[in-house]
Amino acid sequence: MSKTTFSLGGVHPSDVKIAREKAIEVLPLPQTVYISMAQHLGAPATPCVAVGDQVKAGQVIAEPSGFISAFVHSSVSGTVKSIGARKDLSGKDMTHIEIAVEGDEWVEGVDLSDTLVTDIPQDKAAVLEKIKACGVVGLGGATFPTHVKLNPAPGSKAECLIINAAECEPYLTCDYRIMLEKTKEILVGAAIMQMVLGGCKTVIGVEDNKPEAIAAFKSAIKELGYQGMEVLPLKKKYPQGGEKQLIDAVMKRQVKSGGLPISVGAVVQNVATALAVYEAVQKNKPLVTNTMTVTGDCLPESGLHNYLFRIGMPLSYIAEYAGGIPSDAAKIISGGPMMGKAISNMDACTVKGSSSLLYLSEKTTKRQSEGSCIRCGKCADACPMGLEPFLLNRLYKVSDMDALEQNAVQDCIECGCCLYSCPAFIPLLDYIRQAKGQVMGIMRARAAAAKAAAESKTENK
Amino acid sequence: MDKYLVSPSPHVHSAVSTKTIMRDVIIALIPALLVSVAVYGWAEIMVLLVSVLSCVLVEFVITKYLLKKPSTIGDLSAVVTGILLAMNLPYTTPWWVVFIGALIAIGVAKMTFGGLGQNVFNPALVGRVFLLVSFPAVMTHWEIPQGFFGADAVTGATLLGRVAEGDSASFVENLEVVPTFIMNVGGSAGEVSALALILGFCYLLIRRVIKPWITLSIFATVGLIGMVFHEFIDPAFTGGIFNILSGGLVLGACFMATDYVTSPMSTKGGIIYGIGIGFLVMMIRYFGSYPEGVSFAILIMNMTVPLLNKWCHQKKYGRD
Repeated sequence: MSKTTFSLGGVHPSDVKIAREKAIEVLPLPQTVYISMAQHLGAPATPCVAVGDQVKAGQVIAEPSGFISAFVHSSVSGTVKSIGARKDLSGKDMTHIEIAVEGDEWVEGVDLSDTLVTDIPQDKAAVLEKIKACGVVGLGGATFPTHVKLNPAPGSKAECLIINAAECEPYLTCDYRIMLEKTKEILVGAAIMQMVLGGCKTVIGVEDNKPEAIAAFKSAIKELGYQGMEVLPLKKKYPQGGEKQLIDAVMKRQVKSGGLPISVGAVVQNVATALAVYEAVQKNKPLVTNTMTVTGDCLPESGLHNYLFRIGMPLSYIAEYAGGIPSDAAKIISGGPMMGKAISNMDACTVKGSSSLLYLSEKTTKRQSEGSCIRCGKCADACPMGLEPFLLNRLYKVSDMDALEQNAVQDCIECGCCLYSCPAFIPLLDYIRQAKGQVMGIMRARAAAAKAAAESKTENK
Repeated sequence: MDKYLVSPSPHVHSAVSTKTIMRDVIIALIPALLVSVAVYGWAEIMVLLVSVLSCVLVEFVITKYLLKKPSTIGDLSAVVTGILLAMNLPYTTPWWVVFIGALIAIGVAKMTFGGLGQNVFNPALVGRVFLLVSFPAVMTHWEIPQGFFGADAVTGATLLGRVAEGDSASFVENLEVVPTFIMNVGGSAGEVSALALILGFCYLLIRRVIKPWITLSIFATVGLIGMVFHEFIDPAFTGGIFNILSGGLVLGACFMATDYVTSPMSTKGGIIYGIGIGFLVMMIRYFGSYPEGVSFAILIMNMTVPLLNKWCHQKKYGRD
């Protein structure tokens, strides 16, 4: 058992990795896919195809519309049927490109074979360009464009590339499966990123509830003969896979409030991202597939699956293929039970960052009615950012924005540990999220005003 | 889709609730209750029952009929207050005095502040101190314990054997020689066995209901002040170990000072709070007009909790 973990807070929910033994299955193609333009953090992409166009799988269908944005590719071959608003999983309108599937033809140059390609190109700029052209984004949750993260601002130096293999969310096993089934591909992907970052040390952080993955990585690193790359078993604790927590666990350094990981020399990339980088750089394959887990406490053993999906598949299609929505499911979640989103619309479609269809029973997921705060301090003990959720909650209720900022509400990572551990079932995070949004709005407005003032000063000189 | 729940994350919750916490506190108090019942018999059971039932009844009546809100007795906090109040009373306390104590504890100290979580002072202690100043004769109708660290210890089997025989008079006399730590007759129920209390305290630590810092800092402060006064100033002052084990200190340090609502939330604040309690206990015992000062010390330090919460924060990630 490992003792290495992050230093502040954290909780120990039961990990319920019941789908861990389920090998990855390839989902068959549906008749139609709907590909969202918002599959990454930042500005939604701009469609560059027209209705009626014939597209192939892997073909660019939308272009980035800003610095923090990413290419979107078609995941299937077929005809563009429509381009327009469609509801995403939380019911918000977003532009989607509808493609009627015809056959399964890929663009030229994509290597769909399973052959492992270990020769790494050494031209950093070309590799970064390829990662960008293939639309690779962080698949650990935030979907931040990977080429931006791998290209730190001049003056900052990456000392350690951390591969996030914690998969600390209960239930989810899709990362675990690729760690077992695509071990070497992930390592080659990590080595590519290591090269891009100038050959810094690379640490793969895996929680110790996945000993098979730890062993697989260790032997594969030896086999591939990689230098400067190691596997670090971590003590199981949520939210280990939080970027700031993982940096603390692995490097014993803490990122300053408002700072980026690179400020302490860290670059964190998820295992699934490493696989996507491998496929992009070595196989020329754009990010149009990913793995997801179909799981939940109300599914029979036969209903548990790990799937390789293509982006744009309707969730209802996947649910049906997997055996239908279990009758005692009370909540359907995209993502893990701690940070995932409750789905209000099963017609929504998979995106690059989709990781699960999680069915939870009423007993597990229904919120209890809110009681009185007994000032036990469990929320503060649980907060991995060292915040005091009980205090933030109270300050929000009296709208004291200055005090909220002083008490660092903007540092909240929305991991849910406070609400998870509150014995009085106070929806702390619901309130803190709102407080954080308002305080960050104030901070942005203040920064913009300060910038404007500074500019007018220089103009007057 | 209408039949499915939609709410923000997280979608799961730990198994710990206010009710399970209160249940753990009740479990932790069982060893001490058993010992006191074994020693004092039916009278103790009566005090306990009257206290718990009165506390629950008072809370029920106030929430249901005065505030016209859903009853809160299900969270078991009134039961805990009832047990703690009973443990702070002599077993000879008449039932109506116990009831008045419960009325003050729940009705005044808890509900007037807004119920669970809002009270400034520990309800059971307010009830006890109210009775102490109102009915001093009743509340001090027991002998000050004597014969500490005496000769032969009486074994557990013998104790239980005698209780079984109903031989309580001679039993009590004989108990004067039992080391204070294990058994100490002459106080209120919660003062009988430090060992049983510490057993319960350990249970709470293992279940992670409470943290040890408040209790340890009280013990350390009392022990240190006792040692310094006894060894270096005047041997007439009672010593450190004696002070830790006598009176209601163990009960107070383990179960009353650690009450979530009326103690600081941060570890740093808890240590300051514990030191304050230890210091006040010793000042009252050495220089005050009451022989015992644990209740007053805790109540006085209860008042500092909002300030300690304001001053003492835990370390934040990535901030100095």
